[in-house]
Amino acid sequence: MKKQHNIDFSSDWNLGPAPESTANLKLKEKYDLYINGKFVAPKSGVYFDTINPANEEVLCQVARANAEDIDFAVKSARKAFNTSWSKLSGKERGKYMYRIARIIQERAREFAIVESLDGGKPIRESRDIDIPLAAAHFFYYAGWADKLEYAFPNRKPKALGVAGQIIPWNFPLLMASWKIAPALAAGNTVVIKSSKSTPLTLHLLAEVIHEAGLPAGVVNIISGNGETGSFIVEHPDVDKIAFTGSTEVGKIIMRSITGTHKKASMELGGKAANIIFEDAPLDQAVEGIINGIFFNQGHVCCAGSRLYVQESVFEKVLQKLKDRLQSLKIGDPLDKNTDIGAINSKDQLRDINKYIEIGLQEGAHIYQPDCKLPSKGFWCKPTLFTNVSQSNRITQEEIFGPVLAIQTFRTIEEVIEKANNSPYGLSAGVWTDKGSKIFNMTTKLKAGVVWANTFNKFDPASPFGGYKESGFGREGGVHGLGEYLKFD
Amino acid sequence: MKKIDFLNTPRIDQVGVDDRIARITARSIKKEAKMQGLMMTLSMIDLTTLEGADTEDKVKQLCYKAHHLHDTIEGLPTTAAVCVYPNFVKLAVNELKGTGVKVAAVATAFPSGQSSAEVKLLDTKLAVDSGAHEVDMVISRGKFHSGEYNFVFDEIAMIKEACGKEVRLKVILETGEIGSLDKVRQASDIAMYAGADFIKTSTGKISPAATLPVTLVMLEAIRDYYYATGIMIGMKPAGGISNAKLALQYLLMVKETLGGKWLSNQYFRFGASSLANDVLMQIVKQKSGIYQSQDYFSKV
Repeated sequence: MKKQHNIDFSSDWNLGPAPESTANLKLKEKYDLYINGKFVAPKSGVYFDTINPANEEVLCQVARANAEDIDFAVKSARKAFNTSWSKLSGKERGKYMYRIARIIQERAREFAIVESLDGGKPIRESRDIDIPLAAAHFFYYAGWADKLEYAFPNRKPKALGVAGQIIPWNFPLLMASWKIAPALAAGNTVVIKSSKSTPLTLHLLAEVIHEAGLPAGVVNIISGNGETGSFIVEHPDVDKIAFTGSTEVGKIIMRSITGTHKKASMELGGKAANIIFEDAPLDQAVEGIINGIFFNQGHVCCAGSRLYVQESVFEKVLQKLKDRLQSLKIGDPLDKNTDIGAINSKDQLRDINKYIEIGLQEGAHIYQPDCKLPSKGFWCKPTLFTNVSQSNRITQEEIFGPVLAIQTFRTIEEVIEKANNSPYGLSAGVWTDKGSKIFNMTTKLKAGVVWANTFNKFDPASPFGGYKESGFGREGGVHGLGEYLKFD
Repeated sequence: MKKIDFLNTPRIDQVGVDDRIARITARSIKKEAKMQGLMMTLSMIDLTTLEGADTEDKVKQLCYKAHHLHDTIEGLPTTAAVCVYPNFVKLAVNELKGTGVKVAAVATAFPSGQSSAEVKLLDTKLAVDSGAHEVDMVISRGKFHSGEYNFVFDEIAMIKEACGKEVRLKVILETGEIGSLDKVRQASDIAMYAGADFIKTSTGKISPAATLPVTLVMLEAIRDYYYATGIMIGMKPAGGISNAKLALQYLLMVKETLGGKWLSNQYFRFGASSLANDVLMQIVKQKSGIYQSQDYFSKV
């Protein structure tokens, strides 16, 4: 066999720590609920800890809402809808939204630091992606607020009423923006619940909304656990449920709202196929594979977790991928040079490790870079699995962590069949230099988003959502606006 | 050797390259790492003068600067080399005797490369016979654009033969005239397989000269060549790199693409004339905490 020449990334020149300063960050000890334009203690008096997954230290305490709180929030939202928000012109609603977007931008640095502290994601991502995109969503939908008639000509769009929204822990502020912005632009009022493990930036957003002077009750921000979420779903006066999270919970929600008037949109799990053809720009493809699966430690519903490489370039791609893994920096999420941060929670780390164990038992070959992980906190090395087939569980099931299952393919037909052979259908990636091949693939891949020669790119104007068990409804763009409207 | 088909060199995606560059330029290089990087930068500079107006005195002054960068700071390295026209090589070699600073000569009808094989060979021979340690040749861009890749390949091989084993050959692609990144990659492959010891972006006479994206593509070509052969080819971005921050980003790109082994002036050079002073200014700033006026740094 030919000798392999690998790149040696050890060097005398090392960047050293470059932590983002937290000196000016002042977190409160306790965060209350934001209902009816006021910060209020939860009726139960119960608060829970939120921790920094990078060192397991408690950051602060956050209110847990119960059924009574939710009822109060929904009633406030209903009152706001009837008395103030639906009376405002679209132009006036837009003004409030522009104001929210601008205040997020002003406090961007603070938001980025808190997002990384609470969720473990690298500051590079929260600073360059999460927070700017969140502001961009408010800016984008603010522009639609007074143009609904033009977005849906001759259909007389009307707001639904009260939207109940439940967001996941992987992109807290961004997911909140994806949901709040179109709801407000369409004229609805909102009760939104943060995730148990990453509630903090939503509480900061409550401060922003308060500062922006929205009429009381238009946006109500709730924190709590899964049960808290069920109170929102089951509340009879909620007109719309927007959920982003696991397929498992999505199914429970759908069962619970069946037979009610509630409109729903679900953005659920995924197991995206990322497909590399032999004529692809390979070095850029390798970068795309890395961004596809290791972005936010793989805690991304549209992560490119199934890699398909054409057999003729498999060895080459694998060598490049392994070398690239060696050059990634894993550690302190607040370090500006960190590429991969901490796993979001202990539970998530347990799930990921379970799947790595399953992969090994299934006989897959594992590759992880030689790197030292911090002793405290929740960490997982970026992981590649080869010698994998369609029938492996690590190929079929969503892992939601930095674990990539790699297979080869020979023909276009074969890879389309393999890519679509999944209960999920949220996203996919195609890498080739040939334009016609891209268009052929995009029509045949059953995925809501297909990226060509890139991966994990987001824009407020572009609709996002799934096929099959990845959910239904779209967020972003005019499509996202339509989810919050009814038509005559 | 396996026959290489240069029509099928890997494709490059401009958007992906720009994304990668954005990741690299977002890195934070501070304190000791910055100081170490600045020192490394100085030691990798090919201090260059390539003007019609060059005189013996100008070359002498340049040579002195190459090993006396800023004598008020101790422990500074010398630059890697000085880079001059062939007719000044003898003088430069003499001036730099015992300093460890190499002498590089541009040759092959620099900068256009528009001449006959005989003239190019003679040009190279003049440099080599005068004692040049390194020869910086230009490829025939016209022939390259006409698709005469074998011509370009053979010409490089011919010049390498004229250089011999001891004299290292840097092949200038003049990326500003080549057009797309696909073509940069193709020219890089041709140069390496034809015998280049270094591949170099630009003559400095054409704008744009070196850029981060072009350099990344060339570094990735070097990596693929290393994967295939185990041979380490050097890289020299030239022109357009005039400040320390940018130089550090180049070094980081080398580190993250090719690893630590390439971080020496054996395998990486900056072709630059004004970079040294900006780096020196930064070094003084790191040591003293304050920026000094440009007038405290000698202009060649």
